[in-house]
Amino acid sequence: MILLISAQQPESQSPINKRFGRTEWLMKYDSETAQWQSLANPGSQRSGGAGVAAAQFVIDQKADVVISGAFGPNAAGAFRAANITMSLFSKEVKTVQQAAEYFLQDKLEIFE
Amino acid sequence: MRIAVASGKGGTGKTTVATSLALSLANEQNIRFLDCDVEAPNAHLFLNPSFTKRQDAAILIPEIDAEQCTLCGKCVEVCQFHALAKVGKSILTFAQLCHGCGSCTWNCPVNAIQEIPNPIGKLESGLTPESIQFSRGVLTISEPMSTPIIRQLKRWEQPQPEQLTILDSPPGASCAVVETLRGADFALLVTEPTPFGLHDLNQIIGIVQEFNIPAGVVVNRDGIGNDVINAFHDKHNIPVLLRIPFSLEIAAGLSAGTSLIEIKPDLRQEFLHMFTQITRIVKTTEEGEK
Amino acid sequence: MLTPNSQAKQLILLSGKGGTGKTSLSAAFAHLSQKSGHPIPAIFVDADVDAANLGLVLQPDGAQQHEFWGGSIAEIDPENCIGCGRCEEVCRYDAALPTDEKHTLYEIDPLACDGCAACVYACPQDAINMTRQQEGLWFHSHAKYGDIFHAELFPGKENSGKLVTTIKQQARLAAEDNAIPLLIIDGPPGIGCPVISASAGADLALIVTEPSKAGIHDLKRIFETLRHFRIPALICINKADIYPQGVQEILRYADEQQSEVIAEIPFDASITHAMVQGQPVTVYAPHSPASRVIHDLWSTVVQRLNQTED
Repeated sequence: MILLISAQQPESQSPINKRFGRTEWLMKYDSETAQWQSLANPGSQRSGGAGVAAAQFVIDQKADVVISGAFGPNAAGAFRAANITMSLFSKEVKTVQQAAEYFLQDKLEIFE
Repeated sequence: MRIAVASGKGGTGKTTVATSLALSLANEQNIRFLDCDVEAPNAHLFLNPSFTKRQDAAILIPEIDAEQCTLCGKCVEVCQFHALAKVGKSILTFAQLCHGCGSCTWNCPVNAIQEIPNPIGKLESGLTPESIQFSRGVLTISEPMSTPIIRQLKRWEQPQPEQLTILDSPPGASCAVVETLRGADFALLVTEPTPFGLHDLNQIIGIVQEFNIPAGVVVNRDGIGNDVINAFHDKHNIPVLLRIPFSLEIAAGLSAGTSLIEIKPDLRQEFLHMFTQITRIVKTTEEGEK
Repeated sequence: MLTPNSQAKQLILLSGKGGTGKTSLSAAFAHLSQKSGHPIPAIFVDADVDAANLGLVLQPDGAQQHEFWGGSIAEIDPENCIGCGRCEEVCRYDAALPTDEKHTLYEIDPLACDGCAACVYACPQDAINMTRQQEGLWFHSHAKYGDIFHAELFPGKENSGKLVTTIKQQARLAAEDNAIPLLIIDGPPGIGCPVISASAGADLALIVTEPSKAGIHDLKRIFETLRHFRIPALICINKADIYPQGVQEILRYADEQQSEVIAEIPFDASITHAMVQGQPVTVYAPHSPASRVIHDLWSTVVQRLNQTED
């Protein structure tokens, strides 16, 4: 399973970034190989439509799951169309790695 | 001639001034009035037009023919506003992000996109009892973009020769105000003598100077605050053309939807005098440019 | 509840029509939030970035200044332009124009350019590039009653909605870091993009209206906008004694819409005098008729915020 998580820095120990569209980094985790990869969000500095731009990027990464603090209506629409699960950070989650662990243990809320 | 009435700060009396100017001149001039405050249009409340013509204000958004689309993603690439996304085996369109520029349509290598109108508001026009040719744009509730409606409103009906156009601008100093002021021969800036009024007047002056259009100031509710406007005049050398005193009688009358020159008929002469000054300034500016 | 343990509640002041008193009331709320028997730590956001006036009353200092970069606009390289006019053909904003009557060169009017880049793709010479624009500044400063996030959009720029989103996000993150339970947002006029951005995520809206035909017309438009976005809205009437018939009409409307008029603030010159002095009216004239009503209004607002869902 491929997870993409919004992050403040390009590392698995990075603090989470609660903004989705304008997050600086997206950390990609492959649960089968347990490999991390850091990806700069190409939409972080764009005007208008940052949410859709970031969503397009996540979709192109063939993600199964995306985890962030909130999703705007446009990004959420794109993820639903792409059948990608959206999940929200819980209060306990501080780092990107924790977010992945919590999600895999079914401890994170799914954003419908 | 086109006179745009603008202010920066909201609620300073743009509509009061624009409608009173129109009513003062209605006997001697052929007037076209455009209410460009499409988010909160109020001029009709004072001019009472009968709307006889209506049209949608629409943005052209892409419609993708799935049969022809090869999913090459060119449209997604060229769209600067991220109004398109390629998701699985389809292209999604986000109508509220689309600016209607047409770029995706022209760049599609297989001509799979056609443009369809997506209404975001309406245009209305009609005559007032004084034969002012009134038109306005109205943004539909929950739609974000007002500027395209202003652009369409200005192009909707061509002015007749020798017609005086008065444009009532939205508040603020961003793109919607730029669209209203574009092509104006004169900017009439309405302010109130308070720190808020002065601060926001300075914002709009930035636009007026970039367009290089002559301007004049109307001080409304004169007497309520402090006289910060003289300092402004000294700095920018923009003349104060009219001062409208504050009075509770005026405030109550305007609240009831009565126009300023009905409440205070003697102000009509002052509006006519202001118009003479504006005409002179515009003429001098034109001669200077030649 | 307005406790430090939960996510900050967002209160936004809106009006539709400009100049009804949003900023004066926001400033008074800033004062009252810290003054009353149970002070509520709050962060203030001036979301009217075209005409940012809250700072003129709250008089913040120690501002951290940040650049705001918005969209890009097109620029034609005159060295490579062959004057073919393709840019003019595709531009729907009348921004690509010949520099002379012979059409030997074209240039972009930066005030007209919408940043769509249609000309970039149409130019056979690759002579057009998109250049990012700094469209304003935003500030995080400290005022007597709490931190304030405010901004200045450079005159004539687009993207005021995005700038509003930026400062609101920063304010939310600051609230979270410092366990501050309340954001008070001084909203822009109108009902379009900046208003939608400023209202996103709000828990409660207070519509500040005036009892005039124009005020009521625009009250209805902002009320419907808030309902569309499912934001609960309460109404307060400013300058209520200027036109009593208007007050009656607003009361009827609120009733029909199952909303509520929670205060009627009388016309009071002390509001303008306080603005001139750069003080909240509740500081400048604590016992003026307007200040008395605003005190009660603040208590009601706090009570209603406590009733909103966490």
